[in-house]
Amino acid sequence: MQGLADGYFILPYTIGDYLAQARLGPIDTDHPAFAAVEREVRHRTERLLAVRGSQSVDALHRELGLVLWNQCGMARTRAGLEDAIAKIRELRERFWREVAVGGGGEELNQALERAGRVADFMEFAELMCVDALRREESCGGHFREEFQTPDGEAKRDDARFSHVAAWEWTGAGHEPRLHLEPLAFEYVHLAQRSYR
Amino acid sequence: MRLRLHVWRQTGAAAPGRFERYDVADASPDMSFLELLDAVNDTLAAAGREPIAFDHDCREGICGACGVVINGRPHGPQRATTACQLHLRQFRDGQEVWVEPWRARAFPVLKDLVVDRGSLDRVIQAGGFITARTGSAPEANAIPIAKRDAERAMDAAACIGCGACVAACPNASAMLFVAAKLSHLGALPQGQAERPSRVVRMVEIMDAEGFGACTNHGECTAACPKEISLDFIAQLNRDLIGATLAPPRDGQAWSGAA
Repeated sequence: MQGLADGYFILPYTIGDYLAQARLGPIDTDHPAFAAVEREVRHRTERLLAVRGSQSVDALHRELGLVLWNQCGMARTRAGLEDAIAKIRELRERFWREVAVGGGGEELNQALERAGRVADFMEFAELMCVDALRREESCGGHFREEFQTPDGEAKRDDARFSHVAAWEWTGAGHEPRLHLEPLAFEYVHLAQRSYR
Repeated sequence: MRLRLHVWRQTGAAAPGRFERYDVADASPDMSFLELLDAVNDTLAAAGREPIAFDHDCREGICGACGVVINGRPHGPQRATTACQLHLRQFRDGQEVWVEPWRARAFPVLKDLVVDRGSLDRVIQAGGFITARTGSAPEANAIPIAKRDAERAMDAAACIGCGACVAACPNASAMLFVAAKLSHLGALPQGQAERPSRVVRMVEIMDAEGFGACTNHGECTAACPKEISLDFIAQLNRDLIGATLAPPRDGQAWSGAA
């Protein structure tokens, strides 16, 4: 499972091939991109350390996980997803008000490392729900309960959803921008999945 | 269940460390040892105190990130088990539990229970690889490998590089780790081209990093969560003698003492 989820065991041949042939020039810390990222990280670190709240990073992380587990899991509904988005927004505000990150920013600080990751999850969780809400069909491993055949099988809607969707981040709390790339099947055509 | 924890706290490599006591009143026997540390950390964070730093990642016994010495034994009392897979039912209600970092010259303490295991990475960088062309997928069945060799390679490859062998060894030797990596590659046809230079380079870096020598205590294999066999250390010594008597073909001369 970990191999599948994290790609630990799967280095695509394309990447090894690229790295073997690419001429990668030296990059030093004077690069403007480095300075921009350093500023950003410093700002976020200071902000996280300044909250000095009373709830541990893990407690808030677990609370977020439970919302996703219950409402954006294998089976999901419009009402559940809309409710999840509202809960995540409330939770994100609470995170930035009440998170407790002890220690400082100039030493090994695992609570700070985790807080940075969970801050990211707070944004990404909402996007997952937004994407799940938009996809009004049952497809792949995910089942929108409103979209099923009379005998309970997943019901696709290829007329509306035969595309790859990528969301562009436009800043925390702002609607992400959707980019679509249609999928064209020339030889093997899409069909309703059946386990019969 | 109740547990009295004595946990090693150290703010950095240069600072002196000490044991700090934490009484846990409501631990569940079904918790893993790392979940116990999580629970202690939640309490510490809520009280505005600094949580205990400890390494962990997969929590399913396959990544090699976790590892603490529990009551004097790396990864704790259960055989063939990483700390993340160790459950509190292995302890008695009311037991005192002493938790320390890996202790070895080559593993400096970074903070609390976290040590720097970069020395193991540098041993791997010295030779723990094969050279293969990129850009195409080799046909998996093109090179027949005898079942016996495949099994031997897999037994060695089970090493997750956690460093428990080093922590267990009175000499802080990394021989079991290095032997596992050498035997994994050395048992397979793809590993033959660099086999003599690999053992020379890896042993050289192993010594330079400050790991001790093997004097056959066998503590390493007893502590190893993957039960890597001492046989592989015999294989390492055999490969090293072979490479020393017949210098590696790619010109790498052996400079250490065998």
